[in-house]
Amino acid sequence: MEIRPILASLRKHRIPAILIVLEIALACAVLCNAVFMIGQRVVDIHRTNAIDERGIGVITVDGADPKMASSEIPRNLARLRGIAGVQAVAVTNTVPLSNNNWGWAFGTNPDTRFNDAVNVSAYFLGEGGDKALGLQLLQGRFFSSDEYADSKRGSMPLVDTHVVIVTQSVAERMWPGQPALGKVLYSKPLAYRVVGVVVDVLRPFVNSQRAWHSVFFPLSPDSALSYYVVRSAPQDRDRIVLQAQQALSELDPIAVVKGHSFTDIRDKYFADMSSMAWMLVLVCIVMLAVTAFGIVGLTSFWVQQRRRQIGIRRAVGATRGHIMQYFQTENFLLSSAGIVLGMVLAFAINLYLMHHYEMTRMPWFYPPGGAIALWALGQLAVLGPARRAAAVPPVVATRSV
Amino acid sequence: MFDYYLNLALRSLRRNKVLTALMIITLALGIGASITTLTVLRLLSGDPLPQKSAQLFYAQVDPYTRDGYVPGKTKPQRLMAYPDAMNLLHAHQARRQAAMALTDAKIAPLHAGEHPFFSDGVMTTADFFTMFDAPFRYGGGWTADDDESRAQVVVISDFLNDRLFGGASSVGRTIRVNDHDLRIIGVLKPWAPQPRFYAQGLGGRSYGDGDAVFLPLQTARAASMDPQNDDCWAVADTSKLETAPCIWLGFWAELSSDGEVAAYRQFLSNYVQQQIALGRFYRPEVALSDLPQWLRDEKVVPDDVRLQAGLAFGFLLICVVNTVGLLLAKCLRRSQEIGVRRALGATRRAIFAQFMVEAGIVGMAGGLPGLVFAELGLWCIRHQPAEYAGLAHLDVHMFFLTFLVALVASMIAGLLPAWRASLLAPGSQLKAA
Repeated sequence: MEIRPILASLRKHRIPAILIVLEIALACAVLCNAVFMIGQRVVDIHRTNAIDERGIGVITVDGADPKMASSEIPRNLARLRGIAGVQAVAVTNTVPLSNNNWGWAFGTNPDTRFNDAVNVSAYFLGEGGDKALGLQLLQGRFFSSDEYADSKRGSMPLVDTHVVIVTQSVAERMWPGQPALGKVLYSKPLAYRVVGVVVDVLRPFVNSQRAWHSVFFPLSPDSALSYYVVRSAPQDRDRIVLQAQQALSELDPIAVVKGHSFTDIRDKYFADMSSMAWMLVLVCIVMLAVTAFGIVGLTSFWVQQRRRQIGIRRAVGATRGHIMQYFQTENFLLSSAGIVLGMVLAFAINLYLMHHYEMTRMPWFYPPGGAIALWALGQLAVLGPARRAAAVPPVVATRSV
Repeated sequence: MFDYYLNLALRSLRRNKVLTALMIITLALGIGASITTLTVLRLLSGDPLPQKSAQLFYAQVDPYTRDGYVPGKTKPQRLMAYPDAMNLLHAHQARRQAAMALTDAKIAPLHAGEHPFFSDGVMTTADFFTMFDAPFRYGGGWTADDDESRAQVVVISDFLNDRLFGGASSVGRTIRVNDHDLRIIGVLKPWAPQPRFYAQGLGGRSYGDGDAVFLPLQTARAASMDPQNDDCWAVADTSKLETAPCIWLGFWAELSSDGEVAAYRQFLSNYVQQQIALGRFYRPEVALSDLPQWLRDEKVVPDDVRLQAGLAFGFLLICVVNTVGLLLAKCLRRSQEIGVRRALGATRRAIFAQFMVEAGIVGMAGGLPGLVFAELGLWCIRHQPAEYAGLAHLDVHMFFLTFLVALVASMIAGLLPAWRASLLAPGSQLKAA
């Protein structure tokens, strides 16, 4: 296809041409950034979490008498074990994505300074916590019964045991490239030896970079342990959560007892994020539709304006295919110009967002992806007007308008 | 003249219904999206206490050690340790001052067979209510003496009063909070500043319902109620937060003039120097931010909301460019009509005005469906899980702003086509016809 006549004609209709280019550029820039933001959220929402997410129910018991913890917890656990279908039960101080964070900072040597220490979330597990959560051991071992029984907390923020299990992310962050087993986590005057490494478990409160910075300590019955984790087959879970909630509120009438499946906890945690993602999807669709209608409108006008010229071309031998091709090529040229501008704009917006928001650099393939989408959109939008142009009969050339 | 343009414009718009509808819908979508996000943004970045915010100041001192401290770069901690909050409170250097923390308050049911429940509670000191203009329906707040004597009293919100006492005055009645009996001395009128500025940094949510119970700080602590958020700089016994190396309180002061602000800042500085001399403190930084500044520092408006607003205006821009294109197409199609009008004596200015009127009509026509789209958008937001969801309503300001935005957007869109139309020479168009 000869493009010189197209360029010549575009030069005569500079303003409509510029408008189409501008519209495609803006759509390309917004589309790339919006899709990138959607992608980021989808990644965040689908972060792995190596516990038995589908089989876990969580019952929280808040406002119980703290002095009675050592007798009430074993009693409650025994009651929960009695529910048909329960495979494992344990108490913990919190669960992933519960927003109830027990944060602490540890270093790798006894004199680690405050600002060198690494922030992690501490999970205190009652006996059997590894089984109830379904932690997956990579190296080492889980805690022994003695370690559970000997570990006390009192009113201190950490436990007085000397063993800890860490996630692979913590191991990699603290001792890059070295085996973590046998290494020691320090927080003056406390020290904990790593006895096991587990597959990554999410923190109760997830922030972007350190989502899996979790460590686990054993703990004997203690008032900090108010999350009852009940594991079962997924199909029994909802029934068991209800029964467990009822059982525990009967046992402890002064406490506030609430039961949830872990999948509910996860959904609730990410609800904001997923509604934002859906909103972005909606905006993208509407924006593409508006852009397409804009192209249809302007091209239709163009076709109507050039009916006479089209007629002349048809009269001197151009086929319908030629006319179609002409408008398609014209749209392709305009789209290309818009896309080049749009890609630059997309990177500029990304740069601005990186400065002002918690946003990372857009991978290189987003703008080309957006480009292909807009090329396709442009071709689709121009199809109707181009067909109408091709349908102009040669006889039009002989009439004056 | 305007009537005539109006008439011409309506005729022209009617002539090409599809194109007109396309323009109006496009513009309406852009306006709907912008107004929706703008309403949310305005709501979230609003002033929680317009009559008072300029006089309220959040004070910060830093009890942390030299560990990790970079002079001039490290900002003071957001929260205060108990001894400092009490020292500042007792110094009475501001008109009013209060220390506060948030807590989960377990409320026992009044009737047998009901379950206890948790409510949002504030542990604070006597000046809280007068300083923040919290209005009472029944009774009143407690005194500084009640603070010191750990009086077993409580102020409750209207919604808790409704829930427990059916809205009747409950002053003098007793409720059981965290397994301690407290006497109700006041019931607030509905009071829920948005954002919940006093909760910033204390661990609570930033928007939504107000708090249910307000207790004297020391009374609550004696009932072993814990703050929602605490930060410790050393391993310590956290059951004795009053003496532990931990920060967990927010501190507000009311200061009404620049002079008072300067004097208070000096007082804070002197206090910190004194603590450094005593060996309790190492870091000399202090901060005293007025309420709007504190909300900005705390980034109380979620990033997502600002991103949404930016996106919506990007979208509006696309819609405006689109409308420019469509208006241009329409007006160039009418070259002959313009030529005739020009030949019959219409000036360029008249042609320009005529097309601007037409653009304005498209804008006003777009405003109405725009309003519908905005209401639809806000309805969607109200059904989202966000904590501010329930607040998303269109108010009178935004209602008028919708039409203003519509008009301005369409006028901007109309400028170029109107200008092009006014440039058409009468002769050539007549000849072609």
